Amino acid sequence: MLTGMPTSAAVNAGDTAWVLISAALVMLMIPGLALFYGGMVRVKSALNMLMMSVTCLAVVTVVWVLYGYSLAFGPDAGGVIGTLRDAGFAGIGTHTVTGSIPTLAFAAFQLMFAAITAALLSGSIADRAKFGSWIVFVIAWVTVVYFPVAHWVFDPSGWIAAHLHALDLAGGTVVEINSGASGLALAIVLGPRLGFKKDPMRPHSVPLVVLGAGLLWFGWFGFNAGSALASGGLASVAFINTQVAGAAGVLGWLGVERRRDKHATTLGAVSGAVAGLVGITPACGSVNPLGALVIGLLAGVAAAYAVGFKFRLGYDDSLDVAGVHGVGGLVGTVLIGVLATAAVTGHARGLLYGGGFDQLGRQSLAAAVVGAYAFGMSWLLAKGVDRFLGFRVSRDDELAGLDLLIHGETAYDIAGHTAGVGHRVGQPVPAAHGVASQSSAKIRP
Amino acid sequence: MRLITAVIKPFKLDDVKAALEAFGVHGLTVSEASGYGRQAGHTEVYRGAEYQVDLVPKLRLEVVCDDDDVDDLIDAIASAARTGKIGDGKVWSVPVETVVRVRTGERGTAAI
Repeated sequence: MLTGMPTSAAVNAGDTAWVLISAALVMLMIPGLALFYGGMVRVKSALNMLMMSVTCLAVVTVVWVLYGYSLAFGPDAGGVIGTLRDAGFAGIGTHTVTGSIPTLAFAAFQLMFAAITAALLSGSIADRAKFGSWIVFVIAWVTVVYFPVAHWVFDPSGWIAAHLHALDLAGGTVVEINSGASGLALAIVLGPRLGFKKDPMRPHSVPLVVLGAGLLWFGWFGFNAGSALASGGLASVAFINTQVAGAAGVLGWLGVERRRDKHATTLGAVSGAVAGLVGITPACGSVNPLGALVIGLLAGVAAAYAVGFKFRLGYDDSLDVAGVHGVGGLVGTVLIGVLATAAVTGHARGLLYGGGFDQLGRQSLAAAVVGAYAFGMSWLLAKGVDRFLGFRVSRDDELAGLDLLIHGETAYDIAGHTAGVGHRVGQPVPAAHGVASQSSAKIRP
Repeated sequence: MRLITAVIKPFKLDDVKAALEAFGVHGLTVSEASGYGRQAGHTEVYRGAEYQVDLVPKLRLEVVCDDDDVDDLIDAIASAARTGKIGDGKVWSVPVETVVRVRTGERGTAAI
């Protein structure tokens, strides 16, 4: 418009506005996730946890522009992957249209999905990954795992969307099961943190976790309702379902805690919210709000139990990527086969609404294939990175904490008296305020 | 002169401070501390994982006083800090050789 060129007639202004806003909402989920994760680790590696998410926003954006968009949404090759014709957004201008919105709006929205899904994985390897190896892994992972799976499900010509007809509006498979299974593989390849199951690895700041979860919940409206790629009825049902499932997830998780642990915890409440939101992600455009209530509740309950398995089975999925995202995503993806209603989907029906087992089978197959592919490929990639670069920091570095060693920073200086002591490296030792210490400064070489 | 050190439950600070003021003591150094004795920590639960937290937050109070006052002050602090439950803390004293008031250079009991 600004260039004075006519806008394509197919572009809908309301749809475009909503998708652009949704893209920005999903972007906000990444710092939200960083805080959600960062608060959950011990103070000595808190910044590293934040950085693993923040760098995904940067690295995945670059990859997306260069070739990622084209692999995910370029011209279809056999329903499996996009070709590289659109690499560098070649030929995609302001007039190129996807559905009823400019392709660049769609590409911006989908970019945020790729970035946050990669960031989600970092929770499974808290406190022990080499930073450079993480970045290499992220580039390899989005290329080999995320872009193909996004193509299968989100591209209309992808095999899950076009042939299997499994329903997944916002990424229960692409984002949640994918990150859960990949995170599990990462946790297994890197091995448990030193002191796992023995040392108390308490969250260093539950308030930060709450802030992060709040940003995630807020952004999730864009994530789910934006996935309608239009502003209208579908976006609206996805929006209300998102709220309902998040709320039900809180109650589901707290119910388990009250019974099992005798305490309803703050960390449990926000973990339940995330589990409920994860659960409704695939289903937000297939069920009614009562269906969302059931999915959110069951996702919260299932995830609350699932997070305990790592201690029994001995894998250190540190911040429960598999336990919350994998399990929540599985619950939502499969329950579409039970709770999908034609009043929302327009055609497909779940078991409960007279659709028989047909949709349930399609949902289960999609979940199984994505889970297996993600786990297998992520395991191979992580093994490769470990062999050639080393994926894990040394024992001493891990014990000391990653913040100072990798990033040269520490998260907090709350005891204010440490702030003014010392001097800037490369500058002369500062002249002190008093006469006595001036002389002591001269004594130092 | 004596240095009295008390390790108390954090929420008893106001009571102890009031007791010291009633006694005429107007100087007090407080620092955050953590430790354990017979109380032996507590448990916390995060995502279903129960952790035994051995070190409990405490406050450490330090007061310098005259030899004559030491027993009364220790009693005052102990009774003000007492809840009767496990984990109330400890109070002890040690001899002090020198005290200097930084501002004036006064030494000994005059500096207290």
